[in-house]
Amino acid sequence: MDKLLIMLSWGDRGWLDELAAGALVTISLALATLPFGLALGLLIALAARSKSPILRGAATVYATVFRGVPELLTLYIVYFGLQIGLQQAWKGLGFPGNIEMPAFVAGMFALGLVLAAFSSEVWVGALNAVPKGQSEGAFALGLNRALTFRLVVFPQLMRVALPGLGNNWMVLLKETSLISVIALPDLMFWTGRANVVTKEPFLFFGVACLIYLAFSLVSASGIAALERRANRGYAPGGGGQR
Amino acid sequence: MNRTLALVVGGVIAVTLARLVWPDVTALLHGVGCEAAQGFGRLVGNEAITNYGCRMVGGLGITLQLVAISVGLGVVLGFFVALVRLYGGPVSSRIATGYTTFFRGTPLLCQLFLVYYGAGQFRPALEAVGLWTYFRDAFFCAAFTFTINTAAYQAEIFRGAIASVHRGQWEAAKALGLRFTTIMRTIVMPQAALVALRPLGNELVIMVKSSAVASLVTIFDLMGTTRLAFARSFDLSVYLFAALLYLCVVEVIRRVWGLAERRLTRHLSHA
Repeated sequence: MDKLLIMLSWGDRGWLDELAAGALVTISLALATLPFGLALGLLIALAARSKSPILRGAATVYATVFRGVPELLTLYIVYFGLQIGLQQAWKGLGFPGNIEMPAFVAGMFALGLVLAAFSSEVWVGALNAVPKGQSEGAFALGLNRALTFRLVVFPQLMRVALPGLGNNWMVLLKETSLISVIALPDLMFWTGRANVVTKEPFLFFGVACLIYLAFSLVSASGIAALERRANRGYAPGGGGQR
Repeated sequence: MNRTLALVVGGVIAVTLARLVWPDVTALLHGVGCEAAQGFGRLVGNEAITNYGCRMVGGLGITLQLVAISVGLGVVLGFFVALVRLYGGPVSSRIATGYTTFFRGTPLLCQLFLVYYGAGQFRPALEAVGLWTYFRDAFFCAAFTFTINTAAYQAEIFRGAIASVHRGQWEAAKALGLRFTTIMRTIVMPQAALVALRPLGNELVIMVKSSAVASLVTIFDLMGTTRLAFARSFDLSVYLFAALLYLCVVEVIRRVWGLAERRLTRHLSHA
């Protein structure tokens, strides 16, 4: 028992500091991916609702592809593909030596592409839920398209989209664990290291699971608080009017 | 009673027949898939796909087996957990809630490593109860982990679906003097199943995609064979070919599921 406690202690003899550093990488990766993925997802949702058939088709293809391919595979394709592409571009431009894409950026990019595909579904649903009269009214008041979206549509959109986006966040948080396969020192990576060194897989993967669980539980209550805040202007219980 | 007997006899005959023809069917499918993959490789003029296409199709077979086993068993386990959560005593329903919270709140990869690597630590205990031969096998570990993982998600789906059946249905059935099991079987479940259909289809698709992590514990599923092909050929197009295969499987499931849903809900008004 003492041995296990020492393994889980902070400092040179224990692994707690490494696990904490890994957890920090996991959280920062998820947080860095979120704005990128959500913004791209919103753009795709707007494309899916646009008048142009080309944009609509592109949005459908994008959502189908990135929702149908395993995240792990997307990660490999983006990581290796970007790496090779970047190398060739670097050589093509005539620069000397090699350039390498940081694993963090590759992971963020890959997860962001997947998140965009899934969140675009949520955005489309939310956009449909905001009545047309809202933007028509804003136009009538003389607001331009960008202002209408930012001041009138978006605040109402967020309220409807929040539960779905919260789900997307929970999925994203768990998907970050896949990043460890491209050698980014996240929580899973350090847990694997600790396992190799100490031969205590059940302890360390169990602890890692509990850390992920803690993140999930904190996120869940955070999302619930955000939802309460977003709904504060509406009558409780009935869901209010839209 | 006759009906039960007929069902059992019919089931035994069906299983025996299936076991007899199963090797031939899989061999045939694999052969056809093999030819198709190699043909595709030649068509696009890619050596890596031509060389490894056959192996990747074999990997796809492993992926499908893994998903079929875990989702199939997960339905049974998930339904049971949902019932415990809804109608169990205070302790058992807490346990069921804890189970779904844990498995839905942690990454599948972490769970898989916990089982696959962690089992080795309990080797003496597992040997004593005769389970070590199973937990030594990566495929078993993956199928086991995926089953308890998907069961947690499916439990939530079933719970929501059962809860969505209107109170009045229960009250009317109770007023008719029906027992709990009869109400469940003949009144609640048929209505709940329709509600659960769509999310179950989504869960199936998610499992097909998530099963790719099995490649990280030495299983040569589609992802595993693709990693092997890439490690030997350094040709990125094998990954793109694998993406195409996964995409096809997911699209087929979605289409078939959509058709099944349309057919099963044809008595309801489509708003």
